[in-house]
Amino acid sequence: MCTVCGCDPAIDNKNSNELSSSGFASEQEHHHSHYNDKDHHYGQGEAGVTVAGFSQNKLVQIERNILSKNNGYAENNRRWLDSNSLLALNLVSSPGAGKTTLLVETLKSLKHDIPVAVIEGDQQTDNDADRIREIDVPAIQINTGKGCHLDAHMIGHALQEIALPAGGVVLIENVGNLVCPAAFDLGEASKVVILSVTEGEDKPIKYPDMFAVADLLIISKIDLLPHVDFNVDKAVEYARRVNPDIEVLKLSAKTGEGLQDWKNWIIARTASIATESILISTIEGNHYHA
Amino acid sequence: MHELALARSLIEIVDEYAAEHNVTHIKQINVRLGEMSAMTRALHFCFSSVAEGTSCEGAILNIEIMPLTVYCSTCEAVKAPTGRYSFRCPDCGMPAHKVITGREMQLASLELFEADEVFYTPPTVKQPSRLESI
Repeated sequence: MCTVCGCDPAIDNKNSNELSSSGFASEQEHHHSHYNDKDHHYGQGEAGVTVAGFSQNKLVQIERNILSKNNGYAENNRRWLDSNSLLALNLVSSPGAGKTTLLVETLKSLKHDIPVAVIEGDQQTDNDADRIREIDVPAIQINTGKGCHLDAHMIGHALQEIALPAGGVVLIENVGNLVCPAAFDLGEASKVVILSVTEGEDKPIKYPDMFAVADLLIISKIDLLPHVDFNVDKAVEYARRVNPDIEVLKLSAKTGEGLQDWKNWIIARTASIATESILISTIEGNHYHA
Repeated sequence: MHELALARSLIEIVDEYAAEHNVTHIKQINVRLGEMSAMTRALHFCFSSVAEGTSCEGAILNIEIMPLTVYCSTCEAVKAPTGRYSFRCPDCGMPAHKVITGREMQLASLELFEADEVFYTPPTVKQPSRLESI
């Protein structure tokens, strides 16, 4: 058994293993590869921990989603946003893809068209919120400390501080991370994933979870395309492989190319949210009168 | 790092159940994780640390992996794709991206200590010999 993580290479190869949930002794010689090939694939095998001497009885069925608490908060956020006719978008990307620059350039003109507010998520500093406030858009900074993602509870508190009229947009800039934020619903209408052309075009298949849950892919920094080997068509093909329904926009926050399409996308979404909430209030209104 | 958040959520749910039912210690926690969640090892790795001082301290964490299955609207049947992220029907080759199983992260059941049982014995860690690890 591997004493680094408790895996058993011999059993692992049969696609099941036993892990010890306690104690890790040290052993330097073990090659920490769980499979015959050179790559490490975590989370594929079946795992279980067993301790001898305990009989297993008095089984209670629980059947609850592990993230039910987060999802509960997310549903509350969604209800609150709907009842206030607000659109929330959750912007996700790896660090440095240009989320904040894109927000700043988008909001400079979008703020004249619709009411906007920003929730900024970072491990540390208020730098991003300050950049948004500089262009006279209200921003709330959430520092996650050691946390690698925003969760719905944090957003719930942030939303309480936001006073936007109906038809407004709350743009949530998540922590730069293509893994963890995929698992945490914040109550947003859509996740928007940003992929810059300075990254690998195979990011959608290397970090598929994020691209699978996003409604829109923004390929950013396209002004740099002549200088990099990024293949846009390939990137889109990879993204559609993990998410056939994903919409794609290409833009450069620096030159402004494609920025209007992105603004139109947001405006169209706010319009549809407003229509939905009118429908809902009409239905609810009828219900109360019935 | 979100395995920590997952472990905390899981333990919170169990702790709440334990408090409601006057159970001080849990014997075993049975969890279902979809193949796509890819969290098995990470969750195992941090579980015991997060469980310290809770009703889950010393509990056994059992994870059942749910395989990826998708619905193929062409064949009108549930199929198991060959690759984890190739959402195509393995038989007709048409795109089939409606995931039926493989994304779940669910607490399935708990095993509780009977009143007359010793409620916590630290599991003994077998010191592996060099031979076993190779």
